[in-house]
Amino acid sequence: MTDTAVPAALPRVTRSRRSATWTAGLGVIVVLLLISLPYLVHTNITGLLVNIFILLALATMWNLLAGYAGLISVGQQAYIGVGAYVVLVLAGNGVSPFLAIPLAALGALLVALPTSFLVLRLRNEYFAIATWVVAEAFRLVVLRFPSLGGGTGASLPGMAGMDPVFRQALTYWAALAVVVATLLAAYLLLRSRLGLDLTAIRDNEIGARSVGVRITQAKRIVYLVAAAGAGAAGSLLIISQLNVQATSIFSVQWSAYMIFVALIGGVGSIEGPIIGTVIFFLLQQWLSDRGAWYLIIVGSIAVVMAMWLPRGVWGVVSDRFDLRLFPVGYWLHAPRPNPVETPS
Amino acid sequence: MIWANAIVQGILLGGLYALFACGLSLMFGVMRVVNLAHGDFAVLAAYLALAIITGLQVPVLWSALVVAPLFAMVGYLVQRFIIQRSLDVSPLTTMLVTFGLSIVIQNALLTALSANSQSLPSGSLASASLQVNGQMSIGYVSAIVFATAVVVVIGLQLFLYRTGMGRQVRAAADDQEAASVVGVNVRHVYGVAAALAFATVALAGVAFGMYSSFDPAAGPPRLIFAFEAVVIGGMGSLWGTLAGGIILGLAQVLGAQVDASFGVLAGHLVFLVVLALRPSGLIPARVT
Repeated sequence: MTDTAVPAALPRVTRSRRSATWTAGLGVIVVLLLISLPYLVHTNITGLLVNIFILLALATMWNLLAGYAGLISVGQQAYIGVGAYVVLVLAGNGVSPFLAIPLAALGALLVALPTSFLVLRLRNEYFAIATWVVAEAFRLVVLRFPSLGGGTGASLPGMAGMDPVFRQALTYWAALAVVVATLLAAYLLLRSRLGLDLTAIRDNEIGARSVGVRITQAKRIVYLVAAAGAGAAGSLLIISQLNVQATSIFSVQWSAYMIFVALIGGVGSIEGPIIGTVIFFLLQQWLSDRGAWYLIIVGSIAVVMAMWLPRGVWGVVSDRFDLRLFPVGYWLHAPRPNPVETPS
Repeated sequence: MIWANAIVQGILLGGLYALFACGLSLMFGVMRVVNLAHGDFAVLAAYLALAIITGLQVPVLWSALVVAPLFAMVGYLVQRFIIQRSLDVSPLTTMLVTFGLSIVIQNALLTALSANSQSLPSGSLASASLQVNGQMSIGYVSAIVFATAVVVVIGLQLFLYRTGMGRQVRAAADDQEAASVVGVNVRHVYGVAAALAFATVALAGVAFGMYSSFDPAAGPPRLIFAFEAVVIGGMGSLWGTLAGGIILGLAQVLGAQVDASFGVLAGHLVFLVVLALRPSGLIPARVT
């Protein structure tokens, strides 16, 4: 044989493996099942799922900030509150609260844009506490408007004539839509060029800057997306609770929930907050008749995990089984060694 | 005259904030750590002081003599076993871990001692004041707290610049590796700095309990005020922290003079403006 000059096979690079196809198929089945749930189960269960979806949306967005952009925020409750109050104001002007959900996300994004120019100049601790102070300032400003309910809170108009079962089903579907949109947004964002930029920033910020990654712009996009997600979650909160009170909607407790969920599940992966949310709610249900004990226990677990298992439960699982449900990285497939051709 | 009184009260309130802030400033200056459970440890100290006062029937100022050394020990242990471990993982982990601690302490206090607000019984001291004139009076409690803040700042400065251990602390703050090369036990030195910071946290907690009532959820606002004082004054400078506390106190009292509900918001706005204009604070930082 003369044709021995077989080009040396290059390693093949792909973005997904078979597990991602399974995830997509499984995801569609799970979502279809969840959509049909209000026809199958009692409203108690869908009500609980609404809270789970809200927490998952919040934790996913917090994880996007902390796990990918390196921004530890303790002030996402600022945008939860903005989302809730946008729904309150729009509903007062005759807009259906359900149609107001995307507008709440947009409102939070618009408020986050000027804020980002202040807080994104700051690093680490400064950023964390500045975001918290911004949330506190929003709370104190809202308290100064009696038309927004002041300190006692306001109830959501425009829901009175609605059949409660239908209203709860609609709330559930809205929450499901928000959580699916949040997960998809996080996944697509991380698979885009921006995801690559963020990975570069996370690994070495100075190095990323030197090869032309626009660091502030990348961080700003993540900050705005996270604010929009928190705004959507806030609109779901007012819709499911039918009222809003400034001190509880702007409470730093929300940040605690997001941080605990992300730390337990695993910071820096999309799967982490999903597992973390499940664990958080199992603990909460298990300790439900013990008052504040669940926060003591969940907080202690999160602290211990942050110190000894910084990649959380999902980090352990994915390392052990080499599993990625939402692949945002690249896979390198080493070429099969060519059969050695022997000259005749 | 109302405004003159407001200025005096603002400066005195600033003493309380400075007392809260100097522990935060010290830990940030030396270890680059912001302890987000700072305010909750102060509230814990206030509850402990309350238990000592009611249990042993001692006056309020004596309780500080027990709580401060006890908290110094707690601080050393928290640094060695929790904060150091988190620092070894990553600097951002310390924030998450101390934030988790903050929530755990709050809810543990809530579970053990209920949400009822308490205050430290300061007896005749509580209402005693120096009547300057018809509209201005200086409460003994706020005067004592202000004086304590000044003494603590002077004491920490003397420790850092006049003692061998203080020199080691400054060395470890400047360059951890170089310090350990020349024989400084950096982890122990960090523990000592945290012990001092926690002793001041205990003093701040007792002062806070004499100033106003407290409950398990009172910690986070104290942390925010302390951080604001540190940033306004310039991170890592203890005299700056005192100045920052006074500026914050003035902003809050003068803001409240305009409209009663505007006080705290005015303080936040001053902080955000300083952050926007001079992220490094108003007073340039020194080594520690």
